[in-house]
Amino acid sequence: MITQKLIYERPFIKKMNAGLMNKFGTRTEFQALKYIDGVSVKSLLAEYGSPVFVLSEKQIRRNYQNAVRSFKTRYPKVQFAWSYKTNYINAVCNVFHQEGSWAEVVSGFEYRKALGNGVPGNKIIFNGPDKHPEDILLAIKNDSLLHIDHFDELYSLIELCDTQDKKPRVAIRVNMDTGVYPIWDRFGFNYENGQAWNAITKIIGSGKLKLVGLHCHIGTYMLATSAYAIAASKLCELATNCKNQLHTPIQYLDLGGGFPSTNTLRGAYLPGVDTVPSVDDFAEAITSTILAHGFKQDELPLLILESGRVLIDDAGYLLGTVLANKRLSDGRRATIMDFGVNILFTAFWYEHKISPAQDFTHHSEDMVLYGPLCMNIDVVRESVNLPLLNRGDNVVVHKVGAYNMTQWMQFISMRPNVVMIDEKGNPHLIRKAETLGYLEMQEETPTHLKSINL
Amino acid sequence: MKLKKNIATSENGFIFNPATGDSFSSNPIAAEILQMMKDGKSSSQIKAELLDKYHVEELQLERDWDDWMSQLKDANLLEQ
Repeated sequence: MITQKLIYERPFIKKMNAGLMNKFGTRTEFQALKYIDGVSVKSLLAEYGSPVFVLSEKQIRRNYQNAVRSFKTRYPKVQFAWSYKTNYINAVCNVFHQEGSWAEVVSGFEYRKALGNGVPGNKIIFNGPDKHPEDILLAIKNDSLLHIDHFDELYSLIELCDTQDKKPRVAIRVNMDTGVYPIWDRFGFNYENGQAWNAITKIIGSGKLKLVGLHCHIGTYMLATSAYAIAASKLCELATNCKNQLHTPIQYLDLGGGFPSTNTLRGAYLPGVDTVPSVDDFAEAITSTILAHGFKQDELPLLILESGRVLIDDAGYLLGTVLANKRLSDGRRATIMDFGVNILFTAFWYEHKISPAQDFTHHSEDMVLYGPLCMNIDVVRESVNLPLLNRGDNVVVHKVGAYNMTQWMQFISMRPNVVMIDEKGNPHLIRKAETLGYLEMQEETPTHLKSINL
Repeated sequence: MKLKKNIATSENGFIFNPATGDSFSSNPIAAEILQMMKDGKSSSQIKAELLDKYHVEELQLERDWDDWMSQLKDANLLEQ
């Protein structure tokens, strides 16, 4: 007679703490996530290897359309510009461009990437403190919007214009006190001490530049909508002064980005989903301030947003595999994953939600999640409660779409495949995993170091 | 390695150490192993029974057994 053996789970005990009750009740954060947009996690891992980044095209479009709707239902002239530094894989950029987004870039290579993606030059916003002369000349030729960051850039731009027969369209980046500290004053010209106004008068006085916009970017992962209302109000004030005192109407106000995703910040008391204001809240604060400022209806400036994180973070997943389990000297469980902080850079500031990708029992344990790097700082989660994971089990890290695929690095292990699932549920490889050949492509070894004899 | 004599266990996996006041919960297989340990079975006997009853490789069980012992040791449930 064949007897069916029982399903095995490793033996496990958990100390019961008879202390204060958690006032939020007990919560089980984990639920198995076996499918992403209808595609099985196991099949993605089998086809593209582990770890692998997965992006949902459907979710990106949904996020974009929702954000645009939040603003357009409140304000007549709105334009989004995709923040390339958040995720500049071409397939990702083109989803946003197909939806109608311009490009917002902060370096020469990002600028050329946007051109390569087919974005017309006059729909590229060029930000950042490091624009090289050849990049600026290219941007002038293409009639792009140059956002000036500091006086040295302003003076060199005026100088460059002597060699050009075209008047570049420019804006200045303004930094200001919005009630959120520390103030991001390293970028742009300060509003309160008159630096911004000084720059504006210099631009108009030069006669060589066309001031068309005012820009600010007050911070990142901003949790206060009131800060945006203050920022919008100060930009409106500058715009009105430009028109009244310098007879230069401002065509657009660019409120930058900085809207948070629903990720939970490290050390936060409550989860991000419960604390983060929605795009609607930010839209309400910004648009109601501009509308109340007193612009004539036909003189309302175009409102530009450069959101990145909020539009893509929750469309990205990182799938990975358990390499090993061990116990630390103090008895804590440690689980080693095959992905580390070199590809999950945001683990430094978020407590990423992590789900198992297979069924499990109701038993769970507290553990530290480590990456595979031979490096002490490689900690994915300091403390997380997860089911009993075994070697070879798979997990899904949520909300990793922003910054990881640009700030990642090949350190000890290389950057993995990136897959995008289209709206019909078909996965596409959009960036290949790196190889040793790719890594060494840029290296040059001097002849006398080519051979060794050990 | 033997369980301390005064450790109280229940069928549904509740463990109580009267010497320290600590209590623990456990999963069903842990409760089963504890019972076998209390019955005085040796580790090799227990492992053989588990291999017979559960769908698990010997190597996997061996690894988990070491971890199980360290959990009991950390919880101060073993005889010194």
